Amino acid sequence: MAKELIKGNTAVAEAALRAGLEAYFGYPITPQTELLEHLSARMPELGRTFVQAESELGAINMVYGAACTGKRVMTSSSSPGVSLMMEGLSYIAGTEVPMVLVDVVRGGPGLGNIAPAQGDYNQIVHGGGHGDYRMIVLAPASVQEAVDLTALAFDLAEKYRTITCIMMDGSIGQMMEPAELPPMQPLKEEIPDWAVRGTRFGERRMLTSINLDPPAQEVMNFRLMKRWQEIEANEIRYKGYYLDDAEYVVVGFGTAGRISLSAVRAAREKDIKVGLLRPITVAPFPVDVLDDLTEKVKSFLVVEMNSGQMLEDVRLVVRGRKPVEFFGRMGGVVPFPDEVLTEIKRLVDGSLITEGHPRDRWLSRLAETIGSGENNGSN
Amino acid sequence: MVLTDAPTKIVYERPEALDPRVTHYCPGCTHGVAHRLVAEVLEEMGEVENTIGVASVGCSVFAYNYFKIDFVEAAHGRAPAMATGIKRVLPDRTVFTYQGDGDLASIGMGEIVGAASRGEQITVIFLNNATYGMTGGQMAPTTLPGQVTSSSPTGRDVKRQGYPIQTAELLSTLEGSSYIVRRSLHNSREVRRAKQAIRMAFEVQKHGLGFSLVELLSTCPTNWGMTPVEARDWIEERMLTFYPLGDYKVSPAVAEIKL
Repeated sequence: MAKELIKGNTAVAEAALRAGLEAYFGYPITPQTELLEHLSARMPELGRTFVQAESELGAINMVYGAACTGKRVMTSSSSPGVSLMMEGLSYIAGTEVPMVLVDVVRGGPGLGNIAPAQGDYNQIVHGGGHGDYRMIVLAPASVQEAVDLTALAFDLAEKYRTITCIMMDGSIGQMMEPAELPPMQPLKEEIPDWAVRGTRFGERRMLTSINLDPPAQEVMNFRLMKRWQEIEANEIRYKGYYLDDAEYVVVGFGTAGRISLSAVRAAREKDIKVGLLRPITVAPFPVDVLDDLTEKVKSFLVVEMNSGQMLEDVRLVVRGRKPVEFFGRMGGVVPFPDEVLTEIKRLVDGSLITEGHPRDRWLSRLAETIGSGENNGSN
Repeated sequence: MVLTDAPTKIVYERPEALDPRVTHYCPGCTHGVAHRLVAEVLEEMGEVENTIGVASVGCSVFAYNYFKIDFVEAAHGRAPAMATGIKRVLPDRTVFTYQGDGDLASIGMGEIVGAASRGEQITVIFLNNATYGMTGGQMAPTTLPGQVTSSSPTGRDVKRQGYPIQTAELLSTLEGSSYIVRRSLHNSREVRRAKQAIRMAFEVQKHGLGFSLVELLSTCPTNWGMTPVEARDWIEERMLTFYPLGDYKVSPAVAEIKL
């Protein structure tokens, strides 16, 4: 199929539909809305379910209900809306039913703004909803990658009876790029054995996240964690660039990873032996490859569009064996490749340390650029 | 004692659709009656095996333990959204929620109004006992003015704590709702009338006529601090004046249904 120029949100919507999406429930929020709009036209055309819910609470609980029937279901939102969905996500995780969530991340906290950001990393990767659960998180860096990850998201969700989140920066949702869409897949016909469907179709089914007996709840928690270990063993995905001879490695996901690639290429032109590790699954996190690199390279630079959230996961793997530096822009500010290149040069030129926290060093450098940040309420 | 030869006739039996387990509901609580009515109606309609129920949060959080039908358990207040999701992908199934007043009329007001206004083809069984039963009798959105609860210890003061919500009246104003009625479970005549309403509500769904809800005034002797008999009388004397029984919305198409 030929490539076409298509917006990220629209592309993911169409890719989901072609992957056999049977029901979509959502609520408008910028910069995600085109995804909902596209499906509002396409789903009814195909006789499939589209509901614009009364709120994100409504949307995620409609997804919860439909997911309990074993159908392929999804919702999408952007950061503040995803916060509202956290309750439902926890229940869905606790009921072990599969679903796909698309979070088109914008600047925050609070209402923030509608510019691209990566500030939802902690909420999406390290929980958000209450209780012990994890979800698979895929972080695309281009419209094409977002399209390709969409069908995978459904497959993984169903294989592991889990939530898969496509966490894409607002820039991926809003950007138009050439991308090739997959062919239309038929709807899946088999209904999973665990699904509710009415007892005339089989044994009675009851799906709930309640478990008043602590030892029984612990068995359930154990099952979820065993499944997560399986996911960690089988589903790590990342992309490495110029890593073979790299002395310095930049680590960044999504848009920050893509911008860093431009900086890495510019540095290579200046004969700096730098490579890029771009996690595609930020959960599960590509621990082993980072561990191997720690043995080989001189230092790391983590680049994010947040205050260094993935940075903590990198530091847990590197464990002080090599210096880790950080560069980020927050609140919807997108870094330029030149800024990242300057940071790469700091790795090469500077005398780096493993003591202290890289965030503190970065914040003092950032203060020189953006000022002290004092707020007396007068704006 | 003389035994007659007359053949015995069974006049009372547990519905097949109800599991014969020991109840966890308090003595004098009307949840059991409501469960039974729902089970009887689904049986009479031949819908037991075609039904998916949505339990809510509150004392009826374990409703699914009593019904021998497929069930899911919703988050607090979200049952109508969950039912929407199920019904939209399985439109040929009968889908109902079973919710209390704290669940439906407080935290779940957004979801119930959304579902009713969309005219979702679901049935809502709504028990109103004017208190939060499961957490120990706190003030609910339905608590009467002056009513003493564990979180309105001197009685609900409407100046500070506002007024109760009349759910059936409120939802009846929505174009999407097709059948909205209020009944009570405080005596056998009203129980029979409640059953007819529940039957009608499920018929509305079966005929594809839209959103149906039956509000059932219910007792909570434990948290009201009354005997079961006193609680029954309290419905009659106090609740009925604030929550009049009646048909608040019967769409023209629903009025055509003959039971």
